[in-house]
Amino acid sequence: MADAKVIPFDDDRSRARRRPGRADGEAAAVRALPGPQGPEEPEGGREALPGAQGGPEAGAEAAAAAGADAGAENGAGAGSTDGAGTGGWERRLAGGLAFLRRRVTGDYEVDEFGYDEELTDQVLMSLIRPLYEKYFRVEVKGVENIPAEGGALIVANHSGTLPLDGLMMQVAVHDHHPAGRHLRLLAADLVFVLPIVNELARKAGHTLACAEDAERLLRAGEIVGVMPEGFKGIGKPFGERYKLQRFGRGGFVSTALRAGVPIVPCSIVGAEEIYPMIGNAKTLARVLGFPYFPLTPTFPWLGPLGALPLPTKWTIQFGEPIPTDSYAPEAAEDPMLMFNLTDQVREQIQHTLYKLLVQRRSVFF
Amino acid sequence: MGKVVLVTGAARHLGGRFVRRIQRDPEVERVIAVDAVDPAHQLGAAEFVRADIRRPEIAKILAEHDVDTVVHLDVTGTALGGGGRTSVKETNVIGTMQLLGACQKSPRISRLVIKSSTSVYGSAPRDPAVFTETTPAKSLPSGGFAKDAVEVEGYVRGFARRRPDVAVCVLRFANILGPRIDSPLTEYLALPILPTVLGYDPRLQFVHEDDVIDVLRMSAHEPRRATLNSGTFNVAGDGVLLLSQCARRLGRPTVPVLLPAVTWVGTALRTVGITDFAPEQIRLLTHGRVVSTVQTREVLGFSPRYTTAEAFADFVRGRGPGLLPPEMLAGAVDRIAGRLAPSGSRGRPASTAPVAPSASPVSAASPVHPVHDGA
Repeated sequence: MADAKVIPFDDDRSRARRRPGRADGEAAAVRALPGPQGPEEPEGGREALPGAQGGPEAGAEAAAAAGADAGAENGAGAGSTDGAGTGGWERRLAGGLAFLRRRVTGDYEVDEFGYDEELTDQVLMSLIRPLYEKYFRVEVKGVENIPAEGGALIVANHSGTLPLDGLMMQVAVHDHHPAGRHLRLLAADLVFVLPIVNELARKAGHTLACAEDAERLLRAGEIVGVMPEGFKGIGKPFGERYKLQRFGRGGFVSTALRAGVPIVPCSIVGAEEIYPMIGNAKTLARVLGFPYFPLTPTFPWLGPLGALPLPTKWTIQFGEPIPTDSYAPEAAEDPMLMFNLTDQVREQIQHTLYKLLVQRRSVFF
Repeated sequence: MGKVVLVTGAARHLGGRFVRRIQRDPEVERVIAVDAVDPAHQLGAAEFVRADIRRPEIAKILAEHDVDTVVHLDVTGTALGGGGRTSVKETNVIGTMQLLGACQKSPRISRLVIKSSTSVYGSAPRDPAVFTETTPAKSLPSGGFAKDAVEVEGYVRGFARRRPDVAVCVLRFANILGPRIDSPLTEYLALPILPTVLGYDPRLQFVHEDDVIDVLRMSAHEPRRATLNSGTFNVAGDGVLLLSQCARRLGRPTVPVLLPAVTWVGTALRTVGITDFAPEQIRLLTHGRVVSTVQTREVLGFSPRYTTAEAFADFVRGRGPGLLPPEMLAGAVDRIAGRLAPSGSRGRPASTAPVAPSASPVSAASPVHPVHDGA
C-alpha cells in the first residue's frame, strides 16, 4: 500500500504484495509525523536562496562602489526602480570582471585537495543550480541538522546511475544552510581516473573516498559527504529502488569516531527514477572498465537524447545527527560497535526513505 | 672539537650553496666537499676532494678526514655535464651503497643526512590526496629518479638498522625551485608553451632552495631542544598550486594534449633536446602530488619561510616574462572594465570598481561564464 504511490511505471503492484508487513508499520508511524515538516521547510528553502546568491557582502560593496542610492536600494532588496537595476547590473559586471582578472592571472587559492572555492561558488555551482532548482525542483528538509561549525559526516543513500545525487546534495547544503557551508564529497576512485571529470571533481572539492582523506577533512572542520553504498547503490537495477545496499565495510563510522564528529544521515528521494536502469550490459562495462553499463528505456537506444535524466521531483532530508564524541578513542577499533552504528545509520536512512516515499504525491510532481 | 662535515654532490648548485653556508656555522670545524667533477663555483674554505662515490675510495676519505657527519646530496635526477641516465642511476644507487658501506665501517660517523624526494610516493589517481611520511605508495615508481630514490631510501633504512648509533635523517623534498635551480621541472616550466595533459590539473608543491639549505643545516647539526632530527621528513612549502595556476602566473600559454599523445610529445621534445620528459615527470604533471609537512613542523621543528606560492613567485621573478604575462592580461581586463563601466555612472572614475582586487564575491551570474573553459 505504501508502495502504490512510489512509482507509477512498472511492477509495483507485485512488489507491494511481496513486501513484508514491516513497511506498513513504518508507513503508519510516518503518517503521524508529516504535518509539521511539510509546510515549514520550503519556506526556509526559499529564504536561504537569495542569501546564498547576493548576500550582505554585495550590499557592502554596492555602498562603496555605486554610492548611497544603490546601497539603499540593495538594502530594500528588490531591485524595482530603474536606476537601481542598472546599478545592480553594473555591480555584477564589475564583480565578474574582477573575478575574470583573478582567474587569468592565476591569483586565487586552492586547498591541498585541489578545492577551488571561488570557482565552485561562482561557476560550477551556478552551472548545476538550474538543474537543482528548475529541473529536479529539490526540496530540502532538516538542513538545521547539519552543524553550523565544525566537522560532520553526512551519510546518504546513492542512486541514479550517474552520481547526480551527490552534486544535488552539495548544492542543497551550500544554498540552504544558514552558514552557507560547503560539502566536501568523497568520490569513487573511478572519478579520479577519468580525465576532465577528475579535474572538475577536485576543483569542486571532492576527494577520493579513503579513510585518510576523510579524516583529514573532518579534522579540518569540514562537512564531508559520503555514500557508503558506492557502486552497489548507484548501479542497482530499477526494481530494487530505495532498498539500501550493504554499507561498504562501515569504514565511515570509524572515521567519524576517530575525528569525533557527528554522523548526519541523509535520505535522497527522486534520484532513483532519473535513469531507470532496466538492464546492465556487463560485457560492455568490463570492456570499458566501468563497474556497470546502464540500459534504460531510453539509453542507449535514443543516443545522447536518451542520456537526459527524467525530470523527477526530489526531496533531500537530513536526519537527526548521531553524536560520536561520547565514545572513547579506542571505540573505533571495536568491530561490534562499528557494525551496530553502521546499522543504526542505515536503518535511519532506510526508514526516512520509506517515510518520504509515502509522503510523495508522484514521482514527477 | 668541532664537527667535520662531508658533503657529496658539491659540484651542483645546491651542494655548493650548502657547503658555503655550513662552513660559517660555529659548530663546524671543517667541511669536505666531494664530487666526481670539479665545481664551477667557489666552495669557500671547504676542502674539495675529487672522488667518485661509486668507488670504494670514499671510505678512505671518510677515515682520512675523521668525518663525523655525512650529508649526501648526490641523489639527483639529472646528470651534471653530460652522461646519460645510466650513470645518474649508478651514482644514485651504487654511489649511495658505497657511501653507506663506508659509513658503516667508520666508527666516527654519528650523523647522516640524505636528500631524497617526495617522488618516492609516486602519483596515482588512487592515492590519498595528501601523503604523510607513513603513507605507502599505491603504485611504486617504475623507473627513473623516483625509483632511484625509493632504492636509496631502502638502503638507508638498512644502514639505520645496522648502525642504530648513527642519527639518520631522510629529507623528502618536494620540487625544489629557486632562481638558479635546474631540474626537469624547471626545464619544463621554461618552455615557451607548456604542454599539459588534457583533462588533468595536477596539484603541485614547491620548496624554495633557501629553505632546502636551512633544513639541511638543521638536520646536520645536533637537534635543538624539544626536537628530533632523525627520521624521515617531508619538506615542502605551505599551500598548493595547480599547474594551470602556475602557467598563468608564469604567463605561459598551455596546450592540452591527450594523455596517450603526451608520450610522443615528450619523445619529440627529448629528441630536439629541449627537455627530458621522464614517465614519472608525466605522472606528476598528470596526477600531481601533495605531502603533509606536519612531521617537519612538529618533530623536526622546521617551518619553511617560503610558501609554495612564494617559492613559485621567486622562481617567476628569476625567469623572463612569458608570452602572456599576467600583467598584460590583467591590463586587458581592466581596459574592458574601463570601457564598460562609465556607461552607467558618469560621476566617478571609471576604473575604481573593476580594478579593486578586493571586489566582493558577486552573485553567480552571466559574467563569469566566459572563463569557465579556461578554468
